[in-house]
Amino acid sequence: MDFRDTPSEAAFRDEVRGWFSEHLVGDFAALGGRGGPADEEGWDVRIEWERLLGADRWVGMSWPAEYGGRALDYAQQVIFNEEYARANAPGRISFFGEGLFAPTLIQFGTDEQKRRFLPKIQSVEELWCQGFSEPNAGSDLANVQTRAVLDGDEWVINGQKVWTTLAHRADWCFVVTRTDPESKSHHGLSYLLVPMHQPGIEVRPLRQMTGSAEFNEVFFTDARTARENVLGPVGEGWKVAMATLGFERGTAFLSQQLGFQRELTDLIEVAQKNGATADPVVRDKLAGHYAGVQIMKYNGMRMLTNLLHTGVLGPESSIGKLYWTNWHRSLGETAMDVLGTDALLVEHEGDGDYHLDDLHQTFMASRAETIYAGSSEIQRNIIGERVLGLPREPR
Amino acid sequence: MNFAFSEEQEELRRTVRQFLESKSPSGEVRRLMDTTEGYDPAVWKQMGQELGLQGLHIPEEYGGQGYTFIELGIVLEEMGRVLLCAPYFASVVLAGNAILNAGTDAQKQALLPGIASGDTIAALAFTEPSGKWGADGITLTAKESGGAWTIDGEKMFVIDGHNADLLVVVARTQGTSGTDGISFFTVRGDAEGVTRTPLSTMDQTRKQSRVEFSGVAAEPLGTPGEGWPALSKTLDQAAVALSNEMVGGAQFVLDQSVEYAKVRVQFGRPIGSFQAIKHKCADMLLEVESGKSAAYYAAWAAAEDNDELPVVASLAKAYISEAYFHATAENIQIHGGIGFTWEHDAHLYFKRAKSSEIFLGDATYHRELLAQRIGI
Repeated sequence: MDFRDTPSEAAFRDEVRGWFSEHLVGDFAALGGRGGPADEEGWDVRIEWERLLGADRWVGMSWPAEYGGRALDYAQQVIFNEEYARANAPGRISFFGEGLFAPTLIQFGTDEQKRRFLPKIQSVEELWCQGFSEPNAGSDLANVQTRAVLDGDEWVINGQKVWTTLAHRADWCFVVTRTDPESKSHHGLSYLLVPMHQPGIEVRPLRQMTGSAEFNEVFFTDARTARENVLGPVGEGWKVAMATLGFERGTAFLSQQLGFQRELTDLIEVAQKNGATADPVVRDKLAGHYAGVQIMKYNGMRMLTNLLHTGVLGPESSIGKLYWTNWHRSLGETAMDVLGTDALLVEHEGDGDYHLDDLHQTFMASRAETIYAGSSEIQRNIIGERVLGLPREPR
Repeated sequence: MNFAFSEEQEELRRTVRQFLESKSPSGEVRRLMDTTEGYDPAVWKQMGQELGLQGLHIPEEYGGQGYTFIELGIVLEEMGRVLLCAPYFASVVLAGNAILNAGTDAQKQALLPGIASGDTIAALAFTEPSGKWGADGITLTAKESGGAWTIDGEKMFVIDGHNADLLVVVARTQGTSGTDGISFFTVRGDAEGVTRTPLSTMDQTRKQSRVEFSGVAAEPLGTPGEGWPALSKTLDQAAVALSNEMVGGAQFVLDQSVEYAKVRVQFGRPIGSFQAIKHKCADMLLEVESGKSAAYYAAWAAAEDNDELPVVASLAKAYISEAYFHATAENIQIHGGIGFTWEHDAHLYFKRAKSSEIFLGDATYHRELLAQRIGI
C-alpha cells in the first residue's frame, strides 16, 4: 500500500504537466474549467481546444497504437485526468464519442469500422450522441421499440429516442434498435451507427429545469444507414449496449473527483466570504462534503488498483456512480444553504434571462445525475443482485 | 500508486481471523461480557506469545515486532469483526501509543516490552466526568513538590482501567488552561490512593471504569506541561485504529444481513428479492466499502506519520462512526423480530457501534475538528 507515484508514474506526470504549461494558454486558459460533457458553454473555444488535444493524441490516449492511440494504461489515464483537472483546462466535449462509443467500437468493431470512425473521433471532426433511451424505455432499456429493417444495402430506421444529449451538435448517433420485429425484451436488438445529417432525422430540443436545452428528442422517419454500420452481430445489440453502459458507469467516473473537489473549494470560499461558515450546521455540512469527496478519491484509487490487477471493472463500479451522484446532489443543496437569501435569485442584474451561476447550476444539474446512466434505484438493484448475490425480482 | 494489501499482510489477516474464529466465537463473547474483567487471560497470553499481536506495531528496540499501523489496522479489523473481548485497544492502542509519543527513550525501554509481550496490561486515563474529548476536558491536577509529583482528580470511561497493571494518566499542571500544561504520568494500577470502580457499560463487550486519584505519587512520562502534541497525536492514531476496528464489525453485519435476506422467505419469496430490502443492503455495501477505503487510507497515513494524519483521522472517524451504526441498525431491521432478541448477536454489534461512535468524539465532533483542520 503506497499512494505516492512510482518513478515511471512521476515521469509521466511531468510530461503531462509540461504539455499543459505549453498549450493551455490564451483563450483556452481564460475559459478555465468551464463547460461539461453535457453543456455548450464556450463551445467554439472548447472545440478548438479539443482538436489541439486530439492532434497530440490525448484524445484516444487509451487506444491501441495501431488506431492512433497512446495505449496508456489506466493509471496513466488517471494521472492525465488529474493533471487536466489541476490545470483547470476547459470541459471536455467528446465524452460520448471518445468516452462511450470508442471503447465499445474497439471491443466489438471490425478492423474496417475502427479505421473508419476512430480517426475522426480523435481529430474531433465527428461528434457522437447516444441513442438509447426512449419514451417507454428508460430504466427498462430492453423495451426499445425503435425499429430497423434492411432495404437492400441499407437499414431503414423508424422510431423515437429521447434525452439525447447534444444530438443537435452530433454528426453520428449510436442507436439501439429492434431489428427482429417478432422479438421481445433484450433479444433481437442491434447496435446501429447512424449519420445525423439526413432528412429522416429530426432533432427537437428539450428545455430542462436548468433553463438550457442540451437534451433532445430525436425522431427517425425512414432514416437510413449503410448495411455495414452495425456494431457487433445483428440481433446481439443488447450485449454491445451493456458494454457501453459499463464504460459510462465505470472508468469515466474515476477521474472526476478532482473537479468535484474544486467545486467544494469554491463553495467553501463563498461561505467564508459571506459569513456562512460561522453557522455550525453549515460547518458540519461542508466538513461532511469534504470527507465525502476525499473518500470518493480513496474509493477510486482502490477501484483503480483492482482494475490494474485484474484488468476488468466489476459491478462494484455501480458503487461509484451511486456514490458520486449522491455526493454532488447533496453539495448542491448545501450550496443553497450557504447562499441563504441570495439563493432566491439566479441573476442579480436582472436582464430577464434564466442564466444560472455555478452554484445554482450544481443545485439543479445534479438532479439529472441520479437519473441518467442508470438511475440510483437501478444502481442499487445491480449492487444487490450482482455484487451481493441477492435474488432477482420475479418478472 | 497502489491501494492493496501485500501478500504478507493478507496472510496476517488469515492467521488472525482463524485464531479469533476459534477463540472468540459468539458463546465466548457472551460468557466474557458477563464477567467484571471482560477478557480471557489465557487467550490474551496466547495472543502475545503465539501471535505476537500486542507488540505488532511497537518498534523492535522496545520489544515489539516493528510493523506499522497498516498491520495494526488489519488486526483491529479482525477483532472488530468478532467483537473480541480483550484489553487490546486500551493497552496497545491507547496506552502503548501514548508512551511511544510522550515517553523518553529510557521510559519506552522500561515500559513498552511488557506491553508488547502482553505481560503488562496498560490503560490510558484521560477522559473525565465532563465527557469532553479535547484539552479543556483535562482538569485532573498534577503538583510538584521537591521533584516529586502527585496527582488528584477523577477519570471516567477509562477502557479496561480496572484490568490495568499500569495506568497512563493525563493531567494538567496547576494554574494552566487549554493545551498548556497537559502532562502525562504513569502510575501502577494498584498504587496507593487509586480507587477503581468498574462501570455498567451499554456495550458489555468493552469494559470501562471510573478511576479516582487522591494524592497519588506519579512518575512523569516525558516533560510535564508539554504533553499536548503527544496527546493530540495519540487521539488521532486512536481514531484511525478505532475506525479500522469499526469497519470489521460493519462488514460482519452486512454479511449477516445479506445472508438472512437470501434465506428468509415471506410472501413466497426471499425477502432479499424485494427492493425495500435489496436497496438497504446496497446502501450498506456502499457505506461499508467507502468506510474501508477511508480506514485503510488513514492507516497508511498513520503508518507514514505524515501531515495528513489529523485530517484523515477525523474524516475517517466521522464517516465510519455513522456508517457502522447505520449498518448495525439496518441489520436489526432486516432481521425483523429475531433481530430484537437478546439471543441474536445483532444487538451486540448495535451497542458496540454506538459506543464506538461516541468514544473519542462522535461524528459531529469530528466534522467540526475536520472543519478547523482544513481551515474552514
